[in-house]
Amino acid sequence: MSAPDRVVVTGMGWITPLGHDLDSAWARLMKGESGMAPITRFDARTFPTTFAAEVRDLDLSRFLPNAAAHATAGPNTAFALGAAAQAWKQAGFDRTPPKKPRRVGCYLGAGEGVLDFDNYVATNLGGWDAATGKIDGRKWIETALGCMDRMREIEQEPNMPLAHLAREFNLRGPSYNCLTACAASTQAIGEAFSILRRGDADVMISGGTHTMIHPFGVTGFNRLTALSTFKGDPTKASRPFCTSRDGFVMGEGSGMIVLETLTHAMERGATPLAEVIGYGSSADAFRITDIQPEGRGAAAAMTQSLRQAGLDPQSTRPDGRPVIDYISAHGTSTKENDSIETRAVRVVFGGLAKKIPMSSIKSMMGHLIAAAGSVEFITCVLAITHGRIPPTINHHDPDPALDLDYVPNTAREAPVDTCLSNSFGFGGQNDAVIVTRFVA
Amino acid sequence: MPRQPRRVAITGIGPITPFGLGMEPLWNGLLEGRSMLGLSPIFDSTGFPCPFVGAIHPDKFELRSVVPKSYRKAMKVMSRDIELAVGAAHAAMASAGIVTKAHEPADGRLTIAPDRMGCHIGAGLIAAEENELTTALSTAVGPDGKFSLGLWGAGGIENMTPLWMLKYLPNMLACHVTIIHDCQGPSNTITCAEVSGLLSMGESMRVIERGDADACISGGAENKSNLMAMLRQYYAGRTPKCSTNDDPTTLVRPFAKGARGCAPGEGGGLLILESEESIARRGATAMAALEGFGASQSPCTDSAGIEPDAEGIADAISNALDDASADIDSIDAIVPFGSGVVVFDAAEREALARVFGSRAKSIPLVTITPSIGSCGAGAGAIAACVAVECMRQQKLPARINTTGVTDLDANATPARAAVLNRVLVVTPSFGGQNGAIVLGRVA
Repeated sequence: MSAPDRVVVTGMGWITPLGHDLDSAWARLMKGESGMAPITRFDARTFPTTFAAEVRDLDLSRFLPNAAAHATAGPNTAFALGAAAQAWKQAGFDRTPPKKPRRVGCYLGAGEGVLDFDNYVATNLGGWDAATGKIDGRKWIETALGCMDRMREIEQEPNMPLAHLAREFNLRGPSYNCLTACAASTQAIGEAFSILRRGDADVMISGGTHTMIHPFGVTGFNRLTALSTFKGDPTKASRPFCTSRDGFVMGEGSGMIVLETLTHAMERGATPLAEVIGYGSSADAFRITDIQPEGRGAAAAMTQSLRQAGLDPQSTRPDGRPVIDYISAHGTSTKENDSIETRAVRVVFGGLAKKIPMSSIKSMMGHLIAAAGSVEFITCVLAITHGRIPPTINHHDPDPALDLDYVPNTAREAPVDTCLSNSFGFGGQNDAVIVTRFVA
Repeated sequence: MPRQPRRVAITGIGPITPFGLGMEPLWNGLLEGRSMLGLSPIFDSTGFPCPFVGAIHPDKFELRSVVPKSYRKAMKVMSRDIELAVGAAHAAMASAGIVTKAHEPADGRLTIAPDRMGCHIGAGLIAAEENELTTALSTAVGPDGKFSLGLWGAGGIENMTPLWMLKYLPNMLACHVTIIHDCQGPSNTITCAEVSGLLSMGESMRVIERGDADACISGGAENKSNLMAMLRQYYAGRTPKCSTNDDPTTLVRPFAKGARGCAPGEGGGLLILESEESIARRGATAMAALEGFGASQSPCTDSAGIEPDAEGIADAISNALDDASADIDSIDAIVPFGSGVVVFDAAEREALARVFGSRAKSIPLVTITPSIGSCGAGAGAIAACVAVECMRQQKLPARINTTGVTDLDANATPARAAVLNRVLVVTPSFGGQNGAIVLGRVA
C-alpha cells in the first residue's frame, strides 16, 4: 500500500448573504459588515425573531449558461449550482473538463429543501377532522393532489443539490450527501478529503448549501430558543463570545470547493490554493438538546484532526508560533456553544489557546446551518491567501469567562499558514478540518 | 509506509421491518414467502393512488421495551424514523453480543470503549406528524377561515412543543442511538435515499480500516409509509396506481414484465461493523467479512436527475468487486434493490448484464420488496442484513410474485439451500447515488 496522496483545494466559490463571489464577500468580511436585515422571504413581523441574513438577488445565469435547465431547482440547489460553478471555473474545469468522470465525485452537506409552506398548511387544514382531532387520510390526499406541485415535492429531498451538480458537471465518481445539522459541510469536506486520500477518486466537489429562512425553520429554532430575538438593529444581533449574546441569527447560502489529489492537480497543471491535512469527527453522545459541558466531543474532533495532520497542539513551531494560526470558530452566539467551544479549545491547546486568533464570521454572515462549515472553510483558505483574519464583529461586551483572542471587531493582518475550522451540530455530531498553505 | 488497512467484519445485524424487530421474524417471513403489504394501520390510506404500505403493526414492535428506563422520557421526542433506528440499534447490539451503556452493566464493563465506537446511520427526509402539527396550525386560522401567518407567529407557534424540530432533523436517529449506547467515535448521517444504508456501511468500513474506530453501528432507517412520503413516492412515479380491490401481497413484482411499482414501507437495518482485532480481543464471532465497497453517481438527464442509469450502478458494483479483489465468477447471490419500479428494474437489469455478462441469468437474486415494500433510507441496510443471514444459513429465501423472467434468476421460487461464499448487495437511489458491498462467508 502506497502512502496516501496529498489533497489540495483547486477551486472555490460561494453564494452568501454578503455577496455572490469570493472577492466581494471577502472584502465585506474584512470590513466587518453584517448581512442581517428584516426577513423578506415571508412575513415574519409577528414572529419572535424577525430578521436573518438572506441571499439577495441571485442570478444563476451569471454563473451557468444553461441555468434554465435547472428551472425546478429549489433555493438550496440554486445556491449550490452558483457556488459550484465558481469553484469549477477557478479549478479550470470549465475550459478543460476532467478526463475521467468516473474519478470525479461529490460529497455535499446539503440541507433539506424548502417546504411548500402555503400548500402544505392548506393540505393539512383541508384534511383536518376537527371532531376527532385527527387528519382524515381521504380528505388529506384529495386536498394534497389538488394543490401540491410534483416537482416542488421531489426537489425537497436532501440529495437533490447533489443530483443537479452531478448532471451539470457530469460526475460519475463516489457521491454522497450528509446532513449532520450545523456540522454537515465540514463533515462533507472531511469525508471528501478521506475519499481522495484513499485513492477512490481524483477530484471531488464538496461543500454545503442550506436555507432554513422559512416559517417552520424560524418556528422550530424559536421554540428551541436558539435564535436571537434582539430587538434593536439586526446587524448587531449576532454577538458571539459576548456577555449579552442571545442566540444565533439565521443565514443562508452555499460554499463549494474543488478538492483534488495533488498528483491529479500537478498532472493537469492546476494551481493548488491550499492543502487539506486533517479531519476529525465525533459524537457527543450526551443529551438531545445540550452540548457535553466539558466540550468532550468538540475536543475529540479537533484532536483527531490534529493527530491526522501530524500536529501537536501543545507545541510551538521553531519561531514560537502555535501550530495553528487561526481557528474559524463554530461561534454561533448562543450561550452554550460559545462557552463550551472556548473550553474545548483550551483543553486541546492548553496554555497556547490564548495565542491563537479565533473568530466567528457568523457575526457577519449569520449561521448558514448545514452550509456554515463550507463558507468558513473557504474563509480559512482566503485568510491564508491574503494574510488577513476576519473579525468577530459586535464584540463590545466580552464575556469575562471567555478569555481567548476572538479578533474583536476589526480584521487583522497576520501570517496565516495553517487553520482549523470547527463545526458542531445540533444532535451532537462534531467535525473539524485543518487546511494549510500549499508548499510543493 | 503506512500500515495495511485493518480488515472489517460484520458481527451483528439488527433489521426492523414489517415482520417485526430483529432478523428472526424477517428471515422466517422471507423463507415462507409472506408479504406484509396492506392498508395503513395508522390512518385511512384508502384514498391514496396506492393505498398499500409495508407498515410495522404496533403489536410487532414496542418501543418502550428497547429504550433503557433512564431514557424513556426522550421517547416523546422521537419521530417514527428515530424509533425505527432505536429499535434496530437494540437488535444489532444484542445480535453482536455487545454490552453498552444501555445495558447498565452491574460491573460497569463495556464491550467496546465509547470513544472507539462510531455511528453512521442513513436517514431520509423525515415527515412531520400531521396530527400534532395541524392541532397547532388550526389555532392560527383567522376569522375568514384561512390560515394566518401573522396569528401563527404571534402565538400559534406557542402550541408547538419546544423540542418539535428535533424530531425531524435526519441526524437525530444517530443522536438518540449514540446517547443510548454511548458511541462517541466518528459519526455521520448520510441522506442519499435508498442507498444511504450501504453508503453508511462503506463509510464505517473506511473509518475502521484507517483505525479511527474499532467498531461502528451502521446502516439506515426510514418511514416511507406516512402521508407526505406516500404523496412524494407517488409524485416520483414509484408507487403503482391501484385500488383497494387489488391484492397487496401480489402487487410488487421485481423485474417482471408489467411490473407496476413498489409500495412504500417503513423499516431499516443497523449492523455492527468491527475490526478483526476487536473481534479477536473480545472472543466474538464474525457473521460475514465485509470484503469490498464501491460507490458511484449516475448523472441523469431527466429534469431533477432522479432516474437511475445502468452505467452508474455497474460502476458501483465494479468498484466493490475491485475493492474486494473478487472476480465476477465468485459471486454466488445478489441482493439488488429489486423494487418493481420500472425505471429502477431496467437500470439494475442492464447493470447486472454489463458487469456479469452471460453469468447474470444464473446468479440467484434475493428480492425482498414484495414482502416489505421500499423502506427508503432503510432499504440498502435491510438488504445487507438479509445477505448476511443468507450466508450464515447457506440458504436463499423464497421469492414471490415475479414470473416469466428469462434473463435473470428472479422468478418466484420456494426457499432453498445454496452454497454461498460471496454475496453482493447493490442499491441505486432516487437521486442517482449508487452503492455496493461484497460480503464473504466466514468459516
